[in-house]
Amino acid sequence: MILYDALSGWLGNEWAWLISNVVSILLFIVVLLVMIAYILLADRKIWAAVMLRRGPNVVGAFGLLQSFADLLKFVFKESVIPAGANKGVFLLAPLITVTLALGAWAVVPIDKGWVFADINVGILYIFAISSLGVYGIIMGGWASNSKYPFLGSLRSAAQMVSYEVSIGLVIITVLLWAGSLNLTEIVEQQRVHGWNVFTLLFPMFIIFFISALAETNRPPFDLPEAESELVAGYQVEYSSTPYLLFMLGEYVSIVLMCAMTTILFLGGWLPPLNIGFLNAVPGVIWFVIKVWMVFFMFAMVKTIVPRYRYDQLMRLGWKVFLPVSLLWVILVAGYLVTTGSFPVPVGVH
Amino acid sequence: MLIAIAFYLFAAITIAAAVMVVASRNPVHSVLFLILAFFSAAGLFMLAGAEFLALILIVVYVGAVAVLFLFVVMMLDIDIAELRQGVLDYVPLGALIGIIMLIEISMALGVWAFAPEAGGAVASPWPDAVSKITNTEAIGHVLYSQFIYVFQASGLVLLVAMIGAIVLTLRDRPGVRRQSVAAQVGRRREDGVELKDVKPGQGL
Amino acid sequence: MDTLHADLLLTAPELLMAVGGMVVLMFGVFAAQKRPGIVNALAIVLFAATAFLIWRQPAGVLATAFAEAFVVNDFTRFAKLLVLLGAALSILISTRFFEREKIARFEFAPLMIFATLGMLMMISAGGLISLYVGLELQSLALYVLAAFNRDSVKATEAGLKYFVLGALSSCLLLYGSSLIYGFAGTVQFDGIQVVVDGGRNLGVLIGIVFILAGLAFKVSAVPFHMWTPDVYEGAPTPVTAFFAGAPKVAAIALLLRVLFDALPHAAADWRQIVTFISIASMALGAFAAIGQTNIKRLMAYSSIGNIGYALVGVAAGTEQGISSVLIFMAIYVVMTAGVFVCILAMRRVDGPTEKIEDLSGLMGSRPLLALCWIILLFSYVGLPPLPGFFGKYYVFGAAVEQGMWPLAVIGILTSVVAAYYYVRIVMLIINGAPPEKPFEPTMGGELRVVLGGTMLFSAAMIIVPGILVGWAGIAAAALIK
Repeated sequence: MILYDALSGWLGNEWAWLISNVVSILLFIVVLLVMIAYILLADRKIWAAVMLRRGPNVVGAFGLLQSFADLLKFVFKESVIPAGANKGVFLLAPLITVTLALGAWAVVPIDKGWVFADINVGILYIFAISSLGVYGIIMGGWASNSKYPFLGSLRSAAQMVSYEVSIGLVIITVLLWAGSLNLTEIVEQQRVHGWNVFTLLFPMFIIFFISALAETNRPPFDLPEAESELVAGYQVEYSSTPYLLFMLGEYVSIVLMCAMTTILFLGGWLPPLNIGFLNAVPGVIWFVIKVWMVFFMFAMVKTIVPRYRYDQLMRLGWKVFLPVSLLWVILVAGYLVTTGSFPVPVGVH
Repeated sequence: MLIAIAFYLFAAITIAAAVMVVASRNPVHSVLFLILAFFSAAGLFMLAGAEFLALILIVVYVGAVAVLFLFVVMMLDIDIAELRQGVLDYVPLGALIGIIMLIEISMALGVWAFAPEAGGAVASPWPDAVSKITNTEAIGHVLYSQFIYVFQASGLVLLVAMIGAIVLTLRDRPGVRRQSVAAQVGRRREDGVELKDVKPGQGL
Repeated sequence: MDTLHADLLLTAPELLMAVGGMVVLMFGVFAAQKRPGIVNALAIVLFAATAFLIWRQPAGVLATAFAEAFVVNDFTRFAKLLVLLGAALSILISTRFFEREKIARFEFAPLMIFATLGMLMMISAGGLISLYVGLELQSLALYVLAAFNRDSVKATEAGLKYFVLGALSSCLLLYGSSLIYGFAGTVQFDGIQVVVDGGRNLGVLIGIVFILAGLAFKVSAVPFHMWTPDVYEGAPTPVTAFFAGAPKVAAIALLLRVLFDALPHAAADWRQIVTFISIASMALGAFAAIGQTNIKRLMAYSSIGNIGYALVGVAAGTEQGISSVLIFMAIYVVMTAGVFVCILAMRRVDGPTEKIEDLSGLMGSRPLLALCWIILLFSYVGLPPLPGFFGKYYVFGAAVEQGMWPLAVIGILTSVVAAYYYVRIVMLIINGAPPEKPFEPTMGGELRVVLGGTMLFSAAMIIVPGILVGWAGIAAAALIK
């Protein structure tokens, strides 16, 4: 904003808007990536702790710099492209993964008004972008021209398309409840009605959380990269920076899913209780805390739950989640109509 | 200015991608270009202010339909060279038909006129700055009132498509052992475990 | 809420059909997976109930529902009853065939129900969108039905061919619709009627041409008939019986609705097209059928020719023309059902046969069946006083009334050509050498009922033709307003 004011005198509004936005986006990405670095470390630490190991503890105090060391290691390694690979698509795939994962953050509000594009269909945008995530994986698996990657990418495509269906229906219940597709409005509605997780939507919270695990290929739904069957799935042939991009994209979308869970069900940047000193804490702090809490659950699931078999995965998606979430859409809509308690727009604009 | 640049960018990408869908040698590349074309078309929708349509285009076509397309094309073992061989034979005929179509359409467009009564037909709520109605709301208003009949009927069409797919492809394979979750959960310790008091030196 | 209530009441038959179709589907999935016969019986009950509701709708009024997307008047009621009759007859004659061919599956009845629902929606369409959705609902179900015997190469080919060409024709229809919409700014028929008055705009003319091309495909009129023989031959015989009957009525009714409700002022434009299509269909139907050896292929060409005759009445463009088309189609549906019962009865111990030469000497072995064959074939020829004669008489009469002598003369000439191959079969039945392996001595009860009904209808048409003519007249009056 400050930058915008300074530049608009020189360059006119349009260009100032463009430059100030680009700068702030870059700033945001840097912050996000640093957070991802520690999320990664936390993932490994939690995993280790459950197994009574120490986890990474060599680079920096308590291993705090481990992720950065890994980054350097990946970047300086030789990047191997298999001879039979379709070179263009092979390199495009990780780029797509990471670009899409970062692009989705454009509409995520981390505090009231702290959002790049406060568009009316924010939730739909996130849904659209996350449904594109599958392309990186399919393209990577296909372009590798090798058996395991291809099997992994087929599994992944089927899995992500299946769980998108229930995620879509869960999102519909939320937006019925909030009466808007705007993410800021959805959070502000929770200031009025209480967090969505404590309402009729509680079962939807559980379904959303589990579907988010499947959508991001996290354990126990990590069949696309199941190391005991497919070595590393679609990533088998990747090395060095392209591999790093895949892993980065995966973690960015994991954090995105945590942020979505926070926004849709856990009240976003709202404090847990509407009390003076809690309200004094900046919303962004609450938001980050909640994201970390949700990620802690992600990590615990990874350590505790064994991997699903493929037919079980499909059964869960199509025969359990789909009917239940569909039923819940009807239930929520029916509740709103019969009680007449339609959400009143709080007007965030 | 920026919007104009964005428009020409998206439009150029859409057209180039559409050309590449037809021109590229590898069918998988064709599908990928098709996806790019969808994507930039969605961008054009977005510029036109139809953000709901743009995102639905991405969710439905790119996120679901094209994935299955890609799936099928990747699994097909297409011999591209063989496929190409026949194509060239048809080029003169195809070009002739294409040119005739083009001439016909341009003739039609050359004398195109809207009926003077046409403008009055727009009666639905229109998203604009005054009414403060969003795109999504505007579509919802007509979709669930004026067009509810065709909306529901489209649902029936999809149902028929689903039945059709099942009728034509689903086969009962005999001898498949399926997991019965209810049976697994309903199983008690007594059903499976039996405690035997084994005397030393005797065995069972 | 009041308008919604009225809308729902007006669409009650279709709602019953849609909900009933889903109930039947669920019943089939959960309770009758191995007994498709019960599901078929349920479907017939559903058809009867729907027909009853349509019968009870108020007569003599024009009512619309859902923002004029749905229209009910005497014309739509007549056409819908005819469609329901054709569909119910095809389900009735199908059960035993499918069971004996070991391809019986419970999905058949729901698909038939949804196809028929699509036809009802087509007939009642009040605008281009509802027209298209109804048409797609019908077509999609028909594609699947054509390939229902999925292990047969011919049936698969039939389904695929029908699907690809059908999709193409839908594209033509949609393109034409978009041109019309672009000009008129509305998709409702009555809105288009006000705006479009022929010869004013080349774009509209192209739109009309494309719409007519799309609809001509659905009624399998020349030059959009290529799919018909292959699909008729490949599809299971009861499905072919269905294809030959109900969808043709629905498509002709839809054609009439579009031409007379949406484009009456462009009559000068579409009349030329319809006349051409009509002449081409009559001629091709007559000449191409001569060389056929497969009875189902023969029926395909016969249906192309018959559509040509029906289009003569459409081309006349008058109230009398419309009523003659309705009479013709009613007679055609019943006669076709009868002929397909006879085809289904062509079955030896080792399975069904479709060769014309197998009919040889039928008079000696199965005199009653042979008699039915002869009556039906002579009815197709148009020999007085059989029903087929009335159909052609009214159609040609309507054309002559409008001074379209050449059309009527061509129609009569092609009838004479067509008579050649019908009479050839009759001669084969009477004089041919008895076959080595005769047909099974009996046929199913439901086949007897349908065949008997056909004969009764023929007798009724001879004794009291006035009833059908009167109904058709009322229906036609509702369309022309």
